Amino acid sequence: MNERALAELKNLSNEGRRHLIRMIGKVGVGHVGGALSVLDVMVYLYFRELNLRPDDARWSERDRFVMSKGHAGPALYTVLAMRGFFGLDRLETLNSLGTNLPSHCDMKRTTGVDMTAGSLGQGLSAAVGMALAARMDKKSYRVYCIVGDGEMQEGQIWEAAMYAGSQQLDNLVVIVDDNGMQIDNYTDAINSVRPIDKRLESFGFETISIDGHDFNQMEFAFYKAKTIKKHPTAIIMSTVKGKGFTFCEGKIGSHNMAVSSEDLAGALNELA
Amino acid sequence: MLEELEMRNVYGEMMVELAARDPRIVSLQADLTGGHGMKGFQQAYPDRHFNIGVAEANMVGVAAGMAACGKVPFVHSFATFSTRRCFDQIAISVCYAGLNVKIVGSDPGVGAELNGGTHMALEDTGIMRTLPGMTIFEPVDNTQLRQALPQIVDYDGPVYIRLFRKKPEKIFGEGYTFQWGKADVLQEGTDVTLIASGVCVAESLEAASLLEADGVSARVLAVHTIKPIDTESIVKSAQLTGAVVTAENHNIINGLGSAVAEVLAENHPVPMERIGARDRFGEVGKAADLKKVLGITAADIACAAKKALSRKAL
Repeated sequence: MNERALAELKNLSNEGRRHLIRMIGKVGVGHVGGALSVLDVMVYLYFRELNLRPDDARWSERDRFVMSKGHAGPALYTVLAMRGFFGLDRLETLNSLGTNLPSHCDMKRTTGVDMTAGSLGQGLSAAVGMALAARMDKKSYRVYCIVGDGEMQEGQIWEAAMYAGSQQLDNLVVIVDDNGMQIDNYTDAINSVRPIDKRLESFGFETISIDGHDFNQMEFAFYKAKTIKKHPTAIIMSTVKGKGFTFCEGKIGSHNMAVSSEDLAGALNELA
Repeated sequence: MLEELEMRNVYGEMMVELAARDPRIVSLQADLTGGHGMKGFQQAYPDRHFNIGVAEANMVGVAAGMAACGKVPFVHSFATFSTRRCFDQIAISVCYAGLNVKIVGSDPGVGAELNGGTHMALEDTGIMRTLPGMTIFEPVDNTQLRQALPQIVDYDGPVYIRLFRKKPEKIFGEGYTFQWGKADVLQEGTDVTLIASGVCVAESLEAASLLEADGVSARVLAVHTIKPIDTESIVKSAQLTGAVVTAENHNIINGLGSAVAEVLAENHPVPMERIGARDRFGEVGKAADLKKVLGITAADIACAAKKALSRKAL
């Protein structure tokens, strides 16, 4: 990736972090950690990778995106607003009564959201269904699904992975947000899902392990994923929970945390 | 009189026919394709048949993803496993997401026969009934099933189909017209109304004959759409007869009896008795014997009717 493209993505990422922390800061509490760990890949997906039409959100040929770790909804809303699916001003309505931007992704409420999620482990099955629908209809759209490392403790993830491998779904890309943490503790301290790459490979996936905050590595991984045939791809991203802001970065407690006005001011200063 | 065909065969034939007309229809199985009479569908539409394996949660989730892409997926398993086993997936990925997935639960209640208690769904209607947006359809016989399926396909929303797989008693003649959400009056009567679903419809007709011999005139109402329930027909029946007995192949908690009780309590309370499994699990046995074990035979229904009548007199 050339310097200019990289600088552009970094700017977008900074802008996204600003929107994200303002949005959650306005509410005063939210799923800061897991939204920030995927924000960089969300910027990459929505500005470089996915084939979308912001003015025609239900376009039948669009690439599909499923945020299976539904609590990262605010990261999805951020990039949807930045891409013009709806106005940036709507981000201020996060979690207000009657909002179209609830904590967890809701396809009935939010323009541009392809699948409802929030009960962990379910989104990957839906993504598999979408990939099968594309194949049935001989359509070329691809399906991208983000799952969390903690989420991989759900048995349904492995049911879905098994079927994706069995069906040789090469139009499916699973992105693992491996931030190594879940609500109570480090994922490894609770119930280890490792080795994620070996496990998914044994279910029929081709895997690519990258730094989930490095746009060059993302470009390589998503490019390579398109060349893989007869296997679904898993891009396993090593990420940092709460990435980007001192008050939350790398902290177990960042899963769903209070954001004070001081935290918000400090965070915005770090971006400046 | 028993129908000539098993219900699953009628279901399978209809699905092949409907799929020819509607390319959106797809079938998802959890290792029970033949069990649901869908081998013909598999042969006719190999690209629209998906055997997910013994993984009901994934089956429902995959169906939701297909529905999000415009398909009309039918998922299948025994009623226990297509509802209870994957309840949260139906709640969130289907109902909360507002996706058009049809769920077939076979062998409800006594239909599980020799598979016994682990396979005997006596709570499936109840748990599906609590889900916002879920419609529940329990066919009574083959004629009704044939007429209902095209409407289920055309309806945009989740439907739970409580499918007795084996040969049902024939209830409806050639002149029958199925009406979505509308209960069928099988017999007029003045003293008590027997409101039944599924295999208990035939039992209720027999109960009405037993009652007639004792000088009691029973109205018989067959309910195929348990949710949304036909409030109008239930209230009208209560007004006409002043006493009600419900009969279902299900726990008396949260099934047809509960639905009718809710309607009556809010609209027109009358003495009412419920026939169904009394808060218990099932066990192995042939359907005819299990009906006796659970207390859902014609004799049980007639006895309950007399009890309701005696309360009416008070």
